[in-house]
Amino acid sequence: MSDHGKSKTTIAIQASLKKRYARERRFQWYGRIAVLIGFVFLLVLLGDIFIKGAPAFTQHYIKLDIDFDAELLGINQNATPSEIADADYAAIIKSSLRTMFPDVTSSKEKKQLYRLISLGAEYALRDMAIKDPKLIGTSHEVWLLAHAEAGRYLKGQVSADQPESERRVKDVQLAWLDTLRGEGRTESRFNSTFFLAGDSREPEMAGIRAGLKGSFYTMLVTFFLAFPVGVMAAIYLEEFAPRNRLSDLIEININNLAAIPSIVFGLLGLAVFINFFGLPRSAPLVGGLVMALMTLPTIVITSRAAIQAVSPSIREAAMGVGASKMQTVFHHVIPVAMPGILTGSIIGMAHALGETAPLLMIGMVAFIMDAPGGLTDPSTVLPVQIYLWADSPERGFTEKTSAAIMVLMGFLILMNALAIYLRRRFELK
Amino acid sequence: MHTTSILLVLVALCVVSFFTGRKRSQVVARRLGGIAALHSLPKHYGYMAAAWAALPALLILALWLGFESSVLYKLVTAELPQDIQEMPADELGLYYNQVQGFAMGAIDSEQLDQTQVQAAEHYKWLASSFSQVKAALVFLVAIIGALLAVRRVTPVLRARNHVERIIEWVLFGCSFLAVLTTLGIVLSILFESIRFFQFIPLADFLFGLHWSPQMAIRADQVGASGSFGFIPLLVGTLLISAVALAIAVPVGLMSAIYLSEYATRRFRAVAKPMLEILAGVPTVVYGFFAALTVAPFIRELGESLGLSVASESALAAGIVMGIMIIPFVLSLSDDIINAVPVSLREASLGMGATMNETIRKVVLPAALPGIVGGILLATSRAIGETMIVVMAAGLSAKLTINPFEAVTTITVQIVTLLVGDQEFDSPKTLAAFALGLVLFFVTLLLNVVALYVVRRYREQYE
Repeated sequence: MSDHGKSKTTIAIQASLKKRYARERRFQWYGRIAVLIGFVFLLVLLGDIFIKGAPAFTQHYIKLDIDFDAELLGINQNATPSEIADADYAAIIKSSLRTMFPDVTSSKEKKQLYRLISLGAEYALRDMAIKDPKLIGTSHEVWLLAHAEAGRYLKGQVSADQPESERRVKDVQLAWLDTLRGEGRTESRFNSTFFLAGDSREPEMAGIRAGLKGSFYTMLVTFFLAFPVGVMAAIYLEEFAPRNRLSDLIEININNLAAIPSIVFGLLGLAVFINFFGLPRSAPLVGGLVMALMTLPTIVITSRAAIQAVSPSIREAAMGVGASKMQTVFHHVIPVAMPGILTGSIIGMAHALGETAPLLMIGMVAFIMDAPGGLTDPSTVLPVQIYLWADSPERGFTEKTSAAIMVLMGFLILMNALAIYLRRRFELK
Repeated sequence: MHTTSILLVLVALCVVSFFTGRKRSQVVARRLGGIAALHSLPKHYGYMAAAWAALPALLILALWLGFESSVLYKLVTAELPQDIQEMPADELGLYYNQVQGFAMGAIDSEQLDQTQVQAAEHYKWLASSFSQVKAALVFLVAIIGALLAVRRVTPVLRARNHVERIIEWVLFGCSFLAVLTTLGIVLSILFESIRFFQFIPLADFLFGLHWSPQMAIRADQVGASGSFGFIPLLVGTLLISAVALAIAVPVGLMSAIYLSEYATRRFRAVAKPMLEILAGVPTVVYGFFAALTVAPFIRELGESLGLSVASESALAAGIVMGIMIIPFVLSLSDDIINAVPVSLREASLGMGATMNETIRKVVLPAALPGIVGGILLATSRAIGETMIVVMAAGLSAKLTINPFEAVTTITVQIVTLLVGDQEFDSPKTLAAFALGLVLFFVTLLLNVVALYVVRRYREQYE
C-alpha cells in the first residue's frame, strides 16, 4: 500500500484507462464506418442505376406533316394490301422533313436531317396505312418517334455546351431540334415500346419483351424441375435416408454443388444437354435445365431446414394414431413445413432469375428480336439482354440497360417480398 | 406421335389404371364382405396400378429419347455414298444438319444436292416410323404394367407398403440426382479436357507464361500460333480476388463485429437486411456498374493523380466484386461471432477488460478458425465470379500484379472462348473446358477446406 492507498498496479491501470477508453471509442467508430461504407455502396449502386435508368421510361416524339403521296410511296391510288405493305414510307418521311427545312440542300446535311427521326418510324407509318388504306393520297399530322440521339438532346442528356466532337448530335441537328421544339412539335410520352418490343439495333426501338418472355419460360422449366425434385430429395435425406456411406455421399455432394461457380453449370449444360443429348441451343428448355440443377442444392438445403424445424410432436401424434411413415410425412410434416420450403424455393428462384453466366455458355447470347413462342425456340433472358445492351457502344443503350435492370430488380424485390411475407405469415404457427 | 402427346396419353392411361385397380380391389373385397377385408385402402391398389403403368413406360421413353438422335444419325449417314461418309466428322455433321433441316422444312431444297434430298426422304421415313414405334412401345409397356399390377390385386396384397416402397425409391432417385450432377460435371469437363491435353501438353498449360488462344486459320498465317500458358490467367484471377477481399474482409468483418457486439437490437434488425440486399443484386448488375460507373471514375481519379490507369483496370472489377462479397463475409462472420459462447465474453469483461479488448483478445481468437473458413469461402466466390469480370476486366492476358493495369481471368477466358463459334476439335474451344476443370477443382478444394475448418470450429463449442 502506498501513501494514497493505491497500489502501483492501480496507478498504472488508471494511467492507462484514458488510452484504453479512447481505443474503445475508436474501435466502435471503425465498426460504424464499416457499416456506413456498406450503406454507401448500396446507395451509390442503386442510385446510379436509378438515375441512369429513369429517363428510359419516357421517349420523345416529333410531329411531322406527312403527305401519303402515292407517287412518292411508289404505288398507285388503288394499290393492293401487299403493295401498300411494301411501299417506301421512308421516302415520305424524308420529303416531309425536306419541306419543313427547305434550306437544307447538301446531301450530307440531308442525311443528318433524316437522322432526327427513328428508323422505326416508317414501320409505324406502314402499319397506319395498312390499317386504313384510305390514308393514301391524303395529308396528316403524325407523331413519329425521334431518333435515340435526338431524343437524348430533347431529354436534356446532351447539352449544346459540349464540344461538337464529343457528342453524336451535330450543331445543325441541334438547331433543327430547337426549331421543332419552338413550334411545339416535340412531345415526351411514356415509353411503351420498351415493354412491348423485342431487341433492336436502334436504342429507341429496343424493348425487353423478348427477354421477359424468355426469362418466364426459363423460370417455368426451372421451377417445375427444381421444386418437386428438390423437395423430394430433401424429404428423403431428412426422413428416410439410412445413416450410411451413400447418404453421406449425397449430402456432401449437395453441399459442394451449392458452392460450385455457376459458370461450371454452364459448361455442364453445353457438354451434356447440347452436345450429348442434342437439345437445341439458345432454348429456354436447356436454360431451365441448367438453372434447375443450379438451384437444386439451395432448395434441398432450405427445405431440409424447414422439415427439420417441424416439431416432433406432430410426427409422434401421427405415428400414434397408426399412420405409416410415408403418411406421417406427406399428410402432416410437409404441410407444416410448406411455408418454409416455399420461402427457400422462392429465394432460390430469384437467384436463378438474375443469373447470367451459365446461359452465355449455352448460346443464349444471340441477337434475338422476337419473343420465343415455346420452350425450344431460340430466346434470350432479361439478364442476358442487360449484358448485351451494356456491351453495346450506342450511348442510347446505357439508359435502356439501367431501365432493364430496374425491371429485373423489381421482379427480384417482388419475389423476396413474397418470401418474407410467407415467412411472417406462417412462422407463428 | 409427339413426345408431349405421348406423355398426355400416358397420364390418361395412369388415371384409367388407377380406377381399374381401385375397382378391382373393391370387387375382390365385396366377396369377402367389404373393404375391411383388404390389407390396404382401395385407393392404394389404384396407386399401385398407376405406378406400374407409369414408371416402366417413362423409363423406356427416357431411354428412347436419349438415344433417338444418335441412332438416327448413324442410320441416315450409313446410307450416304462412301465419299461423303469419309468426310471429317464436323463436315459430315454440317451435311447431316442440312439434311435434317430440309426434312423438317426449315431450309429449301435449292441449298442441297441430290443425295441430301434422298437422305432427307430417308430421314423423314425413319423419323416417322421411329416415333410410331416409340409411341406403340411406351403404351404397350404401360398397359402390360397396369394389367400385371391389377391381376395381382388380392386381399392379402400389401398395396400400401408396395406403393410406399416405390415412393421411397423415387425420393431416393431425386436426391441421387445431386450425385449424378456432380458426376456429369466432372465427366463432361474431364473428357473435353483430356482431348485438349492431347493437343497441348499438360506442363505447357500449367506452367506456361503466355496465353493467346487465337489459332491460325491458315497454316501460313503469322503470329497466331496459339499458346495456352495458364499462369497469366491465374495471376489475373488472384489479383482481382485479392482486391475484392481487401475491400470485403475489413468492411464485412468490422460490420459483423459492430452489428453483433455493439449495435442496438433495432439498428441490427434494420442494418443487416439492408446490407444483405447487396447479396441479392444480380451479378450482371454489378458488372454494368463496374464497367460504366466505377471503371471510368477510377481512371479519371488516377489521371488526376498522375497515374496511368487502364480503362478495364483490375482495380475497378476487384472493388465491385468486393462490394458483392461484403454481405457474404458479413453473414458468415456474424454467425461465427455469435457462436462464441457468452461465458468467454463475460469472463473477460468481468476481469475489467473493455469491450474492444474482449473482442480483440478473446472473441476474435476464438472465432478465428471460423472466420478463416469464411474468408476461404469468399475467395472461392471471387474466383468463380463471372459476369463482373466479363464486363469490367480485360481480355488480354498480361502477367502483372499492378492493379491499375487490365488483366484477364479464368472465367473471362471461358466465356470468350465459348461464346460465338465453337469447334469441338480445336484446342481453342477445348481450352475452355480445361480452364473449367481447373476452376472446378480450385473452388472445390477451397470449399472442402473451408467447410472442414468451419465444422471443426463449430464442434469445438457445442
